Amino acid sequence: MNLTYRPLALGFIALFFFVVVMGRVQAGGNHFYAPIADPVVKEECGSCHLAFAPSMLPASSWQRMMGNLKNHFGDDASVDADTTARITRYLVANAADAGDRRYGGKLLKGVALGSAPQRITELPKWVSEHRKVPDWEWRHKEVRTKANCVACHTGAEQGYYDE
Amino acid sequence: MFHLFRASGLALVAVAGLAAQPAFAETPGEIQASIQQEAAGTPGFQEFSAARGESLFKSKHANDWSCASCHTDNPAAPGKHAKTGKVIDPLAPSANAGRFTSPKKVAKWFKRNCNDVLDRVCTPQEKGDVLAYLLTVKK
Repeated sequence: MNLTYRPLALGFIALFFFVVVMGRVQAGGNHFYAPIADPVVKEECGSCHLAFAPSMLPASSWQRMMGNLKNHFGDDASVDADTTARITRYLVANAADAGDRRYGGKLLKGVALGSAPQRITELPKWVSEHRKVPDWEWRHKEVRTKANCVACHTGAEQGYYDE
Repeated sequence: MFHLFRASGLALVAVAGLAAQPAFAETPGEIQASIQQEAAGTPGFQEFSAARGESLFKSKHANDWSCASCHTDNPAAPGKHAKTGKVIDPLAPSANAGRFTSPKKVAKWFKRNCNDVLDRVCTPQEKGDVLAYLLTVKK
């Protein structure tokens, strides 16, 4: 009797490990933010800084930002009307709250609906994810600003923000 | 009648083909010529001067930044965005063949950057002076 149960038990043990391992793989995937695919959007949003993933902010944020490019965090980042419309369309269609983007959705935890936050680095989830980074690391000359994701997340341009 | 129709159709295709040429078909010299055309109509216009352009480029004006804050004092070398740290490709055409070849891009960047540095638009005279300077910078 014992002999017939053994393969079944082994099977369960194997299944258990499989579930644990796959769960971890998926947890890693939680830090994926699809990079910009539109070449015009990528160029225009990536000349002065990393072309941030649209799924990092809700649509209301992108609309507000695109409405005030003349004063973009203190700098003039204006583009012509056609380009503005094209970029806005893309960002809104791929925003954190568009469709069923559950990964971007995580970054929206604690964000009030309609508050249209402008800085990704001020989102509650962003702050808690980076709480262990010491001050001196932020001040490092290769980092300079919290918006310089690639300084630490070497795969940021490809959408990976795991380490 | 048929032939006439067909010929005009071909002509249309040819014209459309010409219009579809990418905007970067211009040279820095051609861009400078069109700035000159614009500048010549303004009162007090003087021949473009690389020396005046260099001093405009390297000094601060209304704001905390000069052109050189990001593009460095050597426009033939890569620059670095003063705020974000992102690397900026060299600005001098001698070091970067793509610079000043698209009127649309030239207009976009002069508009933004003059606003950031001088807090206003640049005059055609100023743009021409700066481009004259950039064209003298050797690699």
